[in-house]
Amino acid sequence: MKKKILSAVLLCTILLALLAGCADSSGEPEDTIFVHNWGYFIDRDVLRIFEEEYGIRVNYQEFVNNETLYSALNLGGMRADVIIPSDYMIARMIDEDMLYELNFDNIPNYALIDPRFRGLDFDPDNRFSVAYKVGTVGLIYNSAMIPYEITSWSALFDERFAGQILMFDNPRDAFAIALKYLGYDINTTNEDEIYRAFELLVEQRGILQAYVMDQIFDKLESGEAWIGPYYAPDFLTMHGNNPDLRFVRPVEGTNFFVDAMVIPRGAENRTAAEKFINFMSRTDIALMNMSWSYYASANYEAAAIFAAELSPMEREVVFVGDEDYAKTEVFLHLPPHILELYDRLWVQLRG
Amino acid sequence: MKPKYFAIPYVVWMAIFVVAPIIFVIVFAFTTPDGYPTLQNFAAMGRFTNIFIRSFWLAFVATAICILIGYPIAYILSREGPRLQKLMLMLIILPMWMNFLLRTYAWMSILENTGLLNRFLSFVGLPTLNIINTPTAVVIGMVYNFLPFMILPIYSVIVKIDQSLYEAAQDLGANNVTVFRKVVFPVSLPGVLSGVMMVFVPAVSTFVITQLLGGGMVMMLGDLIEMHFLGTAYNPQLGSAIALVMMFVVIIFMYLVNRFGGEEKVVTA
Repeated sequence: MKKKILSAVLLCTILLALLAGCADSSGEPEDTIFVHNWGYFIDRDVLRIFEEEYGIRVNYQEFVNNETLYSALNLGGMRADVIIPSDYMIARMIDEDMLYELNFDNIPNYALIDPRFRGLDFDPDNRFSVAYKVGTVGLIYNSAMIPYEITSWSALFDERFAGQILMFDNPRDAFAIALKYLGYDINTTNEDEIYRAFELLVEQRGILQAYVMDQIFDKLESGEAWIGPYYAPDFLTMHGNNPDLRFVRPVEGTNFFVDAMVIPRGAENRTAAEKFINFMSRTDIALMNMSWSYYASANYEAAAIFAAELSPMEREVVFVGDEDYAKTEVFLHLPPHILELYDRLWVQLRG
Repeated sequence: MKPKYFAIPYVVWMAIFVVAPIIFVIVFAFTTPDGYPTLQNFAAMGRFTNIFIRSFWLAFVATAICILIGYPIAYILSREGPRLQKLMLMLIILPMWMNFLLRTYAWMSILENTGLLNRFLSFVGLPTLNIINTPTAVVIGMVYNFLPFMILPIYSVIVKIDQSLYEAAQDLGANNVTVFRKVVFPVSLPGVLSGVMMVFVPAVSTFVITQLLGGGMVMMLGDLIEMHFLGTAYNPQLGSAIALVMMFVVIIFMYLVNRFGGEEKVVTA
């Protein structure tokens, strides 16, 4: 009998838990918006200013990467009014009809967004997104260990640096470098080109020290490794801890990334969300966020003011000159069979 | 109120955080991203063979080392005076109060090529070792992190062995080695088995250690599963299938360990 009661309780709880997954969270006051952003890329004071000026509460949450955000949105049960994912993920969300079109009448500060960062390939008619921060990937190396100038991605495949090379621990960034070095488009859907990049990465594995993400800070700063690719603005942090480090945008060109603000379907407070997007695009706010993270804002006024405060070296890292910009490419959403190929090759490379 | 009703909160907890997730994993493993039933996810398993073999092998090595180090420590500990026992237990548990990530990061700066260990070796004039980013580093990290989970169950069994058992064996003419072989070891076996379970299972699915100490060069099942849930290879269906196959192999392994581990029932935590 008692066993039956316990099993009944067990069963009911499971059913409830499963149901809870389908139900949506309500009961929040109407003047609250839910914002999901990457960790680190915002000056938290900005949120307080928004709350004071507009009387709208901000429930601010951070995500670790685009895929976590995507899966959380897809599984449901997460409230979001504004999210700030990256280029290729926005393209995927547009493809899968996961976003609302923006009403640009409510976002007058859109006029302040650098025209170079409007209508980019992931949102060609610019109906869904407002660019928030931009930057490139670059090569970082230790000039004390490598006493000559590096200009090309070839350094990452150079046997003279065997055992001292670091590489991105994620397939998209790693393949982009191999593809660029071989002179291919980083969004290529030509399987032969992807296979050639894969062969290059397999060869590189033999002379690699490690596949890393955040650990690259420690390893380059301490001299444990000599060279590795990373996101440009983070170089300034590393350089602060080890002045021997140098930064270069390889001549073959590199990935240009854009994180942009979008409103996901199911957002309950679109007007307030658009107010928030407009607010974040304002020059003084963009400037606050930029000084906090060193990632360049898409607002050209703010970018110009900030650039004037930087040293020439810092400016070179944070902002991309027109000549370099012309050689960059933005990630796009790839068709499922190519994504699957990437995953398969990545596991083969790493396993 | 009957004492059994006190179990209800625990049952509810288990239902939400253990049973429901397993149901999710099973459902995911047998469906396509669109929600149709399929066996496709299991058909893809063949290309992960290397990773499966490596994970189980490294977990096996780590567990074996944990027994070799943990058993003597637990045994010696149980023979000491109560004050020393308390102090040493404290020292074994103390590192667990610190964050797991932090401790593993510390091992990274010990084992690196320019790390503490190699700086010490070159200081005393010895050749340096290349340990970081190899399977050895991953095993060291696992042994360090999981060792307390081996020592504690063994210790708690040995310390409860009745002193009169030792005396009886000695009265019957057994020397110290025989006492250990014929009395202490068989009686302590359930402790070893629960230790094995508590070390082997988390070791098989380890993932952070492989990234920090293995430098991403030693991929294990935990990394593979994480990659399919949170990584760029977003595919929870395939990830669930991998997790399910892993659970299945672990259960078989544990069944065999228990079968060959003696008559006594294993005391799980």
